[in-house]
Amino acid sequence: MDTLILAAEGPVNPVIPHTSEIILGLVAFLLLLFVIKKFVSPRFEALYEERTAKIEGGIEKAEQAQAEAQRALEQYKEQLAEARAEAARIRDDARAEGLQIVEEMREQAQAESARIVAQGQHQLDAQRAQIVAELRADLGRTAVELASKVVGESLEDDSRRRGTVDRFLNELDAVAAPASK
Amino acid sequence: MTKLLASGGEFVAPGVKDFFLPPIFGSVTKPMVLLVLSIVIIAVFFIAATRNLKVVPGKFQFAAESLYDFGRNNIAREQIGSKDFKPFIPLILTIFTFILVNNLFGLIPIVQFPTMSHIGFPLAVSLLVVYPVYHFVGFKRHGFVGYLKHQTIPPGAPWFVLPLLIPIEFFQKFILNPLTLAIRVFAAMFAGHLLLLVFTLAGEFLLLNGGLTVIVAPVSFAFAIALTFLEALIMCLQAYIFALLSASYIGMALAEEH
Repeated sequence: MDTLILAAEGPVNPVIPHTSEIILGLVAFLLLLFVIKKFVSPRFEALYEERTAKIEGGIEKAEQAQAEAQRALEQYKEQLAEARAEAARIRDDARAEGLQIVEEMREQAQAESARIVAQGQHQLDAQRAQIVAELRADLGRTAVELASKVVGESLEDDSRRRGTVDRFLNELDAVAAPASK
Repeated sequence: MTKLLASGGEFVAPGVKDFFLPPIFGSVTKPMVLLVLSIVIIAVFFIAATRNLKVVPGKFQFAAESLYDFGRNNIAREQIGSKDFKPFIPLILTIFTFILVNNLFGLIPIVQFPTMSHIGFPLAVSLLVVYPVYHFVGFKRHGFVGYLKHQTIPPGAPWFVLPLLIPIEFFQKFILNPLTLAIRVFAAMFAGHLLLLVFTLAGEFLLLNGGLTVIVAPVSFAFAIALTFLEALIMCLQAYIFALLSASYIGMALAEEH
């Protein structure tokens, strides 16, 4: 419309817009806007999101790995401390047990030796008693035989004979005792 | 000038007519072709760049990503706020790249015509896209009366200036903003292209049409080249400003408080 009027008038006023140009400008602009809105912007925005996600994901992953490593380290330290405590405990136990065993062995050995000594003593005593009794009887008989041969019939009487023998033996004991002590 | 004319031939200064060349065929003009070309370039560039996106970008992807990032983080997020900016990223990116490529056409050899020097194109974007969008989201966020209050009454203003302030704010927010948005880029492109034309055509005229004036022709060409660099800066800057202000209007419409 404007174009026609202006064309008819001859010289063109540059400030008056041409209707055809406005329409073309609008259509072209909207077309371009459509293309950019439909194809360009979504792709760029998707790219930005992907980039952000990747960067954030990377950071998060690194943090996770670090946390895990920290956790593992603490676990190892804990286990190590536990193992050390366990070892110390076992060592103490072993030492105590060893001491106990040694003590028991010593007691046993002492008891055994005491028993052996006592038994020996006992046997010795019995043998001695037996020997003394045998000797006493033998010596009495031998002495009486010798005396009767020397003195004759005077000591035939039983009671007197025993009294004489006992007296003799007691004297013998008295003589022998200081020597045995 | 008098000396110039005296040396023969008449210098015809470039003017408005140079912006309205005869149609290529039918009623299709050069800027229309360029506009269509621009959206094809941008669409193909971005689709090719995003076909196979990788977390670790290659060179081509990095270039596309930098551009996208610029629209997304430097313009949209800064102006609209990190809470609401996501839905507006495509709009801001489209505005930025659309204006940028069409401006840069002014510098590309053979093409050499900034599409945005025809006011119809930036006006279509500002008046028919940005304007409805930011008012729509504002009304949706604050309700009809709430949004009007939000836009026209700056917080902390004393009551006695309100009769003056409300009409001004209303005029600015509902009438002026979309117009200035379009006119800014239009005027910059128009003036810039005109300047380049003046220096280039003057250099050509000086070179061909005179005796002694030939020695000043290189000066004119040097100015044209210097202005080309300045234009390159302005073209990028205008695209950035257009996108920035669009995002800023949306941000202001959505903001809880100013």
